Amino acid sequence: MFEYAPAPESRDVVDLSPSYGLFINGEFVDGSGPSFKTVNPATEETLAEIATASSDDVDRAVQAARKAFGVWSALPGAERAKYLFRIARIIQERARELAVLESLDNGKPIRESRDVDLPLVAAHFFYYAGWADKLEHAGFGTKPLGVAGQVIPWNFPLLMLAWKIAPALACGNTVVLKPAETTPLTALLFADICRQADLPPGVVNIVTGAGETGAAVVAHPDVDKVAFTGSTEVGRIIARSVAGTGKKLTLELGGKAANIVFDDAAIDQAVEGVVNGIFFNQGHVCCAGSRLLVQESVQEELLAALKRRLGTLRLGDPLDKNTDIGAINSAEQLAKIRRLSDLGEAEGAERWSPACELPAKGFWFPPTLFTGVAQSHSIAREEIFGPVLSVLTFRTPAEAVEKANNTPYGLSAGVWTEKGSRILWMADRLRAGVVWANTFNKFDPASPFGGYKESGYGREGGRHGLGAYLDV
Amino acid sequence: MTTSLADVGSSGATLRAFLHGLPGVDRVGADQRAAMLGTRSIKTTAKAHAIDLAISMVDLTTLEGADTAGKVRAMCAKAVRPGGDAPSVAAVCVYPDLVAVAADELRGTGVKVASVATGFPSGRTSLEVKVSDTALAVAAGADEIDMVIDRGAFLSGDYLKVYEQIVAVKAACGAAHLKVILETGELSTYDNVRRASWLAMLAGADFIKTSTGKVSPAATPPVTLIMLEAVRDFRDATGRQVGVKPAGGIRTTKDAIKNLVLVNESAGDDWLTPEWFRLGASSLLNDLLMQRQKLATGRYAGPDYFTLD
Repeated sequence: MFEYAPAPESRDVVDLSPSYGLFINGEFVDGSGPSFKTVNPATEETLAEIATASSDDVDRAVQAARKAFGVWSALPGAERAKYLFRIARIIQERARELAVLESLDNGKPIRESRDVDLPLVAAHFFYYAGWADKLEHAGFGTKPLGVAGQVIPWNFPLLMLAWKIAPALACGNTVVLKPAETTPLTALLFADICRQADLPPGVVNIVTGAGETGAAVVAHPDVDKVAFTGSTEVGRIIARSVAGTGKKLTLELGGKAANIVFDDAAIDQAVEGVVNGIFFNQGHVCCAGSRLLVQESVQEELLAALKRRLGTLRLGDPLDKNTDIGAINSAEQLAKIRRLSDLGEAEGAERWSPACELPAKGFWFPPTLFTGVAQSHSIAREEIFGPVLSVLTFRTPAEAVEKANNTPYGLSAGVWTEKGSRILWMADRLRAGVVWANTFNKFDPASPFGGYKESGYGREGGRHGLGAYLDV
Repeated sequence: MTTSLADVGSSGATLRAFLHGLPGVDRVGADQRAAMLGTRSIKTTAKAHAIDLAISMVDLTTLEGADTAGKVRAMCAKAVRPGGDAPSVAAVCVYPDLVAVAADELRGTGVKVASVATGFPSGRTSLEVKVSDTALAVAAGADEIDMVIDRGAFLSGDYLKVYEQIVAVKAACGAAHLKVILETGELSTYDNVRRASWLAMLAGADFIKTSTGKVSPAATPPVTLIMLEAVRDFRDATGRQVGVKPAGGIRTTKDAIKNLVLVNESAGDDWLTPEWFRLGASSLLNDLLMQRQKLATGRYAGPDYFTLD
């Protein structure tokens, strides 16, 4: 047996403070709300005390952003680009530090934060830096909106920050961003990077806290644009709060994506794609391929291969370079995954996990798949946001489309077939913002991303992403 | 073997239908999977274990026009005692005319004699020559025969010709093990790699081997991965286990360990022995020895502390 010895990435590259304040107008300041702890979900160890921004603090942040908007929006695009390029380069230089911190605070494997999150974060800043002086060619005009209030989730803390801040700044807006309460640390390190890049004070403000802080950002009367990524439930509340105010709104919400495997698919790569689709980032991915739709004629073969492959997944210490599955981000999320999985069993689906030892401390859930799932089961309808795959079958391409679209969501879909014409036929009919063909969970800053139906509205990324931050 | 698989080689049409019915290989996905496995970090005790395992899997090779009996004898000495307390390698691999020399040197040592045959490396000769090339090498003492397939026949779609040649060479091998070299660098597509792997296994190969070492690219990680998946699937289908030998371009300890990781996370444990997995290489051995010593002592010794043979 070839056992891999522990290969932990060093924590020493990260210099953690015992406590963190808010980043307003280029300074770290105390918050007036009660501070809270952020923990390492893999060990439950407290990493730092974090300030809570009250509505007064949020107001100060918005005022700082408003003041900075005058200066920032008046800069020529090429000048704004210089700052963004500088930020992108500093992110690359400090990538190791950011990756370790991301894994500590979020629980995701260092292999993913190092090889996926951080390269994409830097790429996003580079990409939008390139647009800053070319806005007149994008087709949305060149007039920025003003102050953007942005609320982001805990699944890709730094990447979602990049998706929000890079286009906003490139277009000449200033921002007040609230990171998720369980993962504020990389956003606060990003604040330090803004200072290192000499970004004018107030252009980026980071306010930490829970739902109330986020609500204060969204509801602030001097915010011109609200951007939110997170649950459909909170997205609804935000849409209500913003309705009638004249604020522009983009929402990137939940998903229940179908990963559709045809009988002529390249099976080994399809198995990899299914695994990557649902077990990447512990399934904490809004566009995760949480429903596997497999053609009945290859069901047995594919499931056998999938189970064999799940047996090789390595769950454990997120900082170990060989870890494939890290920790669930919070006790709350773990409880939700458990509740929905138990419901799956109660409703009659068959549950399977590979032999897999879970660490004693921290929040963990084994990679799990359910077979015998029907469209009517809760685990085929509700977003679980965890490493849980529901396997359904289909007989014909038309049935695959019908089942894939039969969900309140519509963020992404995957199609696995060696037949090119079928890929195009499917892509035409799938009501999902992203359709991946023979791959899954592939991101690129040049490609727009966003949902149909309850998965939200507006597009982030690519040229389209500029439209959300310009007065069209 | 099930009857349907046994019948596959009965005609060109059945063979073609079977090989073209195998699931395709998506190049992007296969490359990505191999690259991801290449990021595995093998340290400390795992590395020590991997280095010794890799040494024991080496087919120490010399395949030069300038090879002589003296050169082969020196290489055999190194194969048996690579240095320090390192294990012996699995086999030495030479041209057919030097098999007798190697067999003399290696008798009783447990290190096998492998010989390339069948008009290596191009295979551009008649079946009669290929068969006698094989038979003579076996008669001279070869334990293992590394044959090349007729890539021209394969690429022109004449799978039956390739199949029948492998069957004939296998018959000429007698008790010797047959490794079938696919020369994946000339097959070009991953679909072809999978088809050629199955073709060789169906025709009776004991091992499938990536390359001659004379064509670039040789043993790339995705190609080795696809061949490992093929032997895994073949055993599932037939119950017969076939070995894999990547050869060509594996020069460093890092390369060797990446290969072991590929085995570990695809075909699995059962292939992690010299009986079922080999590394065809020449310069690799000294790098393994150097890293082995570094791991034991914490220091690198200069190149003159490792023998050049």
